[in-house]
Amino acid sequence: MSRIHVNTTVNGDAVDFLCEPDETLLDALRNRLGLTGSKEGCGTGDCGACSVTLDGRLVCSCLVLAAEAEARAVGTIEGMAAGEALHPLQQKFIEMAALQCGICTPGILIAAKALLEKNPDPTETEVRYWLAGNLCRCTGYDKIIRAVMDTAADLRRA
Amino acid sequence: MALDDQSKAKRVFKVVGTRPLRPDGVDKVTGKALFGADLTAPGMLVAKILRSPHAHARIRAIDTSAAEAAPGVKAVVTAADFGAPADEAVRDVLVNCMAHDKALYDGHAVAAVAAISEAAAKAALKLIKVDYEVLPHVTDVDEAMKPGAPVVQAGRQVETVGEGFSENVTNYCEFGHGDVEAGFAKADHVIERSFRTEATHQGYIEPHACLASFASDGKADLWCCTQGQYMVRNLCSQIMGMEASQLRVTPSEIGGGFGGKTTVFIEPVALMLAKKSGRPVKIVMSRSEVLRATGPTCSSSMDIRIGMTRDGRITAGLARLRYQGGAFPCGTVEMGAMAAFAAYDLDAVRTEGWNAMTNRPKQAAYRAPGAPMSIYGVESVVDELCQHFGLDPLDVRMKNAAKAGTKASYGVTFTDIGLSACLSKAKAHPHYAAPLKAGQGRGVSCGFWFNFGGDTCVTLNVNMDGTVSVTEGNPDIGGSRASIGMMAAEELGVTFDKVRTQVVDTASLGYNEVTDGSRVTFAVGLATIKAAQAAKTVMCQRAAKIWGIDAEAVVWEDGCAKPSGPNAGDFPPMTLAEIAAVSSQTGGPIAGHHEVNADGAGVSFGVHLVDVEVDPETGATKVLRYTVFQDAGKAVHPSYVEGQMQGGAVQGIGWALNEEYIYGDDGRLQNAGFLDYRVPVASDLPMIDTVILEIPNPGHPYGVRGVGETSIVPPLAAIANAVSRAAGVRLTSLPMSPPRILAAMDAARLAAAAE
Repeated sequence: MSRIHVNTTVNGDAVDFLCEPDETLLDALRNRLGLTGSKEGCGTGDCGACSVTLDGRLVCSCLVLAAEAEARAVGTIEGMAAGEALHPLQQKFIEMAALQCGICTPGILIAAKALLEKNPDPTETEVRYWLAGNLCRCTGYDKIIRAVMDTAADLRRA
Repeated sequence: MALDDQSKAKRVFKVVGTRPLRPDGVDKVTGKALFGADLTAPGMLVAKILRSPHAHARIRAIDTSAAEAAPGVKAVVTAADFGAPADEAVRDVLVNCMAHDKALYDGHAVAAVAAISEAAAKAALKLIKVDYEVLPHVTDVDEAMKPGAPVVQAGRQVETVGEGFSENVTNYCEFGHGDVEAGFAKADHVIERSFRTEATHQGYIEPHACLASFASDGKADLWCCTQGQYMVRNLCSQIMGMEASQLRVTPSEIGGGFGGKTTVFIEPVALMLAKKSGRPVKIVMSRSEVLRATGPTCSSSMDIRIGMTRDGRITAGLARLRYQGGAFPCGTVEMGAMAAFAAYDLDAVRTEGWNAMTNRPKQAAYRAPGAPMSIYGVESVVDELCQHFGLDPLDVRMKNAAKAGTKASYGVTFTDIGLSACLSKAKAHPHYAAPLKAGQGRGVSCGFWFNFGGDTCVTLNVNMDGTVSVTEGNPDIGGSRASIGMMAAEELGVTFDKVRTQVVDTASLGYNEVTDGSRVTFAVGLATIKAAQAAKTVMCQRAAKIWGIDAEAVVWEDGCAKPSGPNAGDFPPMTLAEIAAVSSQTGGPIAGHHEVNADGAGVSFGVHLVDVEVDPETGATKVLRYTVFQDAGKAVHPSYVEGQMQGGAVQGIGWALNEEYIYGDDGRLQNAGFLDYRVPVASDLPMIDTVILEIPNPGHPYGVRGVGETSIVPPLAAIANAVSRAAGVRLTSLPMSPPRILAAMDAARLAAAAE
């Protein structure tokens, strides 16, 4: 099998890499581009730890082929903060103890950001269903849901 | 300065009890934190593991020649590459990492390949020929105990287990006091029921991962996600036949453990592949491998018998527990038997436990191991007795609650405990008075965990710029760097931001037991406080030297060294920063150490309250409202205490309603993925309300108790009691999946129609 040359944009930067035809976007991000913030918890799209955006749409990067990133824009956790300035969701997650071990946190932050861009005033139920594809085994979700709702309220006031 | 003179109850804290930002927070929200699978090394190989497709099979031969010759393959290992460790428990760990003469369960590792790429390693696995002789298997605990059951491993009985069992029964235990039969005779009603719980997995989102490097001079390095780097070093050095000092283990950030990362599964394999290939080797498990081959908890079958007077006094309790912990001897049932009746002050109580081996993966600890199942059985029968007499379930528990001075069924006499306080708080809480609608039910359960202390070692360095570095050896799973740093700041009288806490490798600090047993905030906190006190003693000596007075004439108050009184001399107080700045002139660097085998962890109790609604058409259960009451001793960082209470509750909800290992008739695991092994998701749940109680633990300078494990204990019975009341029929088997609830409701309807 010959490798595929992929030209794409990751977190605003034009990048290129060679990948196997059957390689996932998650593996390419982690192993070829050194972006290990996206995590593999299952490899089957059940846990959401690998969540990224592809042209703004929330996807599990373990279910996307790396070659599909050609000429698309990928957004990962590494691109969420602006330099030293954390995204309001990131700041709120720390303040409200919305993480314990932190392995699911990148995926949940990417998913929550995608939610608030789509729906700036979600109900608790809407947050819970939007994040239903992101497993967290430590927190019981309570503090995560509260942090997302609280950030949404802050952003609406801003 | 004598710490033990301080009145713990009245102590006013400045840092402890506040909610500072955790020091590893930014790394974890930006993706910078390095977890097990995020580590790489130059020249690194990738290894994959071949696993048995059979539940039980003799391995006649393994031919690895074709795999060894495959492109890109640098090393292949099987059991033949390993020696036999002298210690039996270590040998079991090795055999679990790599099958020897038999594959003992579906997913048991039989060989491993290290290659230049994952694809090359996977391709080579297909070239390994294993000659299996498939053997009869057993996966059910009751079946495994019967005479004539397929024998998983011969000759492994640990204790005398009694007559009439198969060779799979390895362990037996019994606890209790008083005359149980006389107690039952005094009861106005006795209920005996049998219960079953299925095996559940810890379900950490981060699969096991490690990176091993082995130099030709015999020195090795291992990086891995683990709950205890020293445990990994001790197991791996014994398995590899090397001295502990020659193996340095560095823990990565850990993506959840819950007990499942208190042993090794892949680390010895990576080390052996690294040794054979001369290259660093990385292994990352897939989710399917995690579910098939790493530590689920025990499944159980049990009989519980309890007698009660009509005014709600428990006259006697009897529990017979049968746990299976997979293909090796396992003592978890002992903790279940000790914990079963811990919440109650009983004159007559007896618990017995048996462990049976089955063709399932070797169980690993899971949050309060052994306790959730037995307490589920006991709390279910107590609830049914309350229903029988029409008594309030919280009143009955208060009437029988263990308290200071109670002799527990497992022999100890409790000191200050918070059970009655939790029950009173629950009774007074608005949740308990809230109205329920038709089809809804409210459940209550007590929970208990022993809590551990254990070997602990802390070094605290006072830096010349007035900052403090705490060096500890327990991986931070849920914010312990914060709680440890807070206790150091509290004791030294500096602000939290002046302290940085590091979790270090095995070469940098003395031995620490694993992050388990709810021990870290208690034991590492204790050692940190004592290390800080040692540093304060040094700082007082330095101030005395500067002032030219006796060291005994200096005290430490409010973060400063001060003369102890007017007779000692008149000197302005010196702060930690001022003393540190001139340390080079007064005797050199300032540090404090403490090494201890900590006891006095202090048992932990909690009470959970839950409302559910059961859909009579589908049997589906919705959790409507949940409140956790738990004694934390002293909550160091209340947000993370709440987090432990919430997280444990939700794991317990999963255990009660969804999660189970499902085996086919062929003995193979049928749901080795998160789609079919369904842990609770956000949309399944309400908010989990928490009420922290603080009944100081006499065994800790600040009164701290561990809080990590108790919270998983009550949900099983609390949910079962709520579901049973909502559905109008007693549920006795977990998980209470919709088909099970429907079947129970249908059976109850038929029985009612027949009467």
